[in-house]
Amino acid sequence: MKIILCLKQVPLKDSQLKITADGIWVDEKNLNFEINESDHYALEAGLRLKEKHGGEVIVISMGPAARLKQAISQALAKGADRALVINHEQPILDPLLSANLLAAAIKPENPDLVLTGLQSDDLGFGQTGVVLAELLGMPHATLVMEIQSLDGRLKIKRELESGWFQYIELPSPAVLTVQSGYAPIRYATIKGIMEAKKKPLKEMNVADLGVPMRQSVKMSKMYVPVKSKQTQILQGDAKSVAKQLAEKLKNEAKVI
Amino acid sequence: MASGILTIVEQNDGKVSRIGWEALAAAQEIGAVLNQPISALVLGKNAQAAGKAVAEAKIQQVWFAENSELLNYTPDGFSAATKQIIEKAQPQYVFAGHSYQARDYMPKLATALGRVFMSDCIGYRFEDGGVVFIRQMFQGKINADFSFTDQKSGPNFVSFQAGAVSSDKLAKGGSAAVADAGVNLSGASIRTKVLEIFEGVKGKVDLTKAEVIVSVGRGIKEKDKLPIVEELAKALGAEIAASRPVCDDGWLPMDRQIGSSGQTVAPKLYVAVGISGAIQHIVGMKGSRVVVAINKDERAPIFDLADYGVVGDLFEVVPALTAAIQEVKG
Repeated sequence: MKIILCLKQVPLKDSQLKITADGIWVDEKNLNFEINESDHYALEAGLRLKEKHGGEVIVISMGPAARLKQAISQALAKGADRALVINHEQPILDPLLSANLLAAAIKPENPDLVLTGLQSDDLGFGQTGVVLAELLGMPHATLVMEIQSLDGRLKIKRELESGWFQYIELPSPAVLTVQSGYAPIRYATIKGIMEAKKKPLKEMNVADLGVPMRQSVKMSKMYVPVKSKQTQILQGDAKSVAKQLAEKLKNEAKVI
Repeated sequence: MASGILTIVEQNDGKVSRIGWEALAAAQEIGAVLNQPISALVLGKNAQAAGKAVAEAKIQQVWFAENSELLNYTPDGFSAATKQIIEKAQPQYVFAGHSYQARDYMPKLATALGRVFMSDCIGYRFEDGGVVFIRQMFQGKINADFSFTDQKSGPNFVSFQAGAVSSDKLAKGGSAAVADAGVNLSGASIRTKVLEIFEGVKGKVDLTKAEVIVSVGRGIKEKDKLPIVEELAKALGAEIAASRPVCDDGWLPMDRQIGSSGQTVAPKLYVAVGISGAIQHIVGMKGSRVVVAINKDERAPIFDLADYGVVGDLFEVVPALTAAIQEVKG
């Protein structure tokens, strides 16, 4: 089974984000990056399928190549076989354009399965996988919790809303977007980390992909949201804030 | 030229979903400003019945399609049906609520028409005769203004997050015509086969009736630390709940999860411990009357909707709060 795994690098969850002076992105100078959370689960799903059915897991990622090395090495150390990197310095804020670039790089590989996370923690469009499926002419399933491969068909458990689930079947090749919590995420072993250094990495430039860099959406401004509530931030040491809070909940909010 | 707003109104066996009414309310407001007619589309089993309910909103036209291929939702079926209607109606905008179903097939549909899908918007503004859509980024820490680069042509696909537009704003008292959309899916290739639909946990905990909820997030770091939160819940007489990562790790059962993939609650008191407040969590708890947030990151989005906030180490604050609650409750 040849599995393509789309991986995105995003700022660390608890980063202090600073919007740039022109208001159209965050200052990346002092930021550290990590693998997007749901992509970790997609990788885990891919590695488990490979362990069961054989084949290879190919990681693909787009962004500044130098910065992506860390995320790519981590995926290779966990057991992915090789990597494709689409080098692009600026963030791409258009989900259709991102998917077009990924599709152009994925197509020549003729994969049996393409896996992505459910959504990115930075832009959150939550659609790269589905758009990719349409561009590659493959069926798709989102919010995937379980994957079984059965003679060219895939049996999938999907999450629906409010605690409901469904089992569906679809033919492969297909694109699946994996929900967080798919299966416990593995750590890389020392052996894996050593081996990762020898695994092939193919770097390409956006210009090599023959995709017109046409933007369908424009982001004009980023800003810190205005608070919808007047929040009382309580000050003091733990004991003092606890006492203030308990009294306020009793006497002011009257909820205890 | 494309004109009008087609709203895809989600329904379940004849009953219109709340997010469907919300999308219609957005369509009415934007349609009024842009001077564009509103139509609605209802798909699936008993879509006609749901369509009759939708016709009570003040809009111009309701279409329904309940072909046998649409009785079970599939992305291929819903996408093919909607595409036919869009090609006939040529709307400038296509709106929907950002449900799990919309996010499953609207990106496909938009791509099939060579268009982009502006997903999960929390609001909109009018600017220079056009519409600017507001989206959250970085898990709700930052908002951003997005627009379509060629908004005059269509269709422009947009989905709105649950609660982004209040359904109270919906103008009712209409009597739109309800017509079969005349969808023909005989040639459509429907690749997904639905085998079974089932509820995850039988006899799950019902948090929707809880008056007080103490909810714990990834800030708790490890399962062994959960008792400090359970002690607080006990002191408050509260139900314990969690954000998704805590349930993903198996530290609390899935049926204790609050958020878009879990339960939607509206207690009189909601204490969020170590929860940053990602969008998916907020949609499940923003109806709470009084919200307390305890988090070490002062910029965590949860503080934006907290009444009382404590910026600090939960491992110190929570035990102190448990003691203080026990004291004031006597």
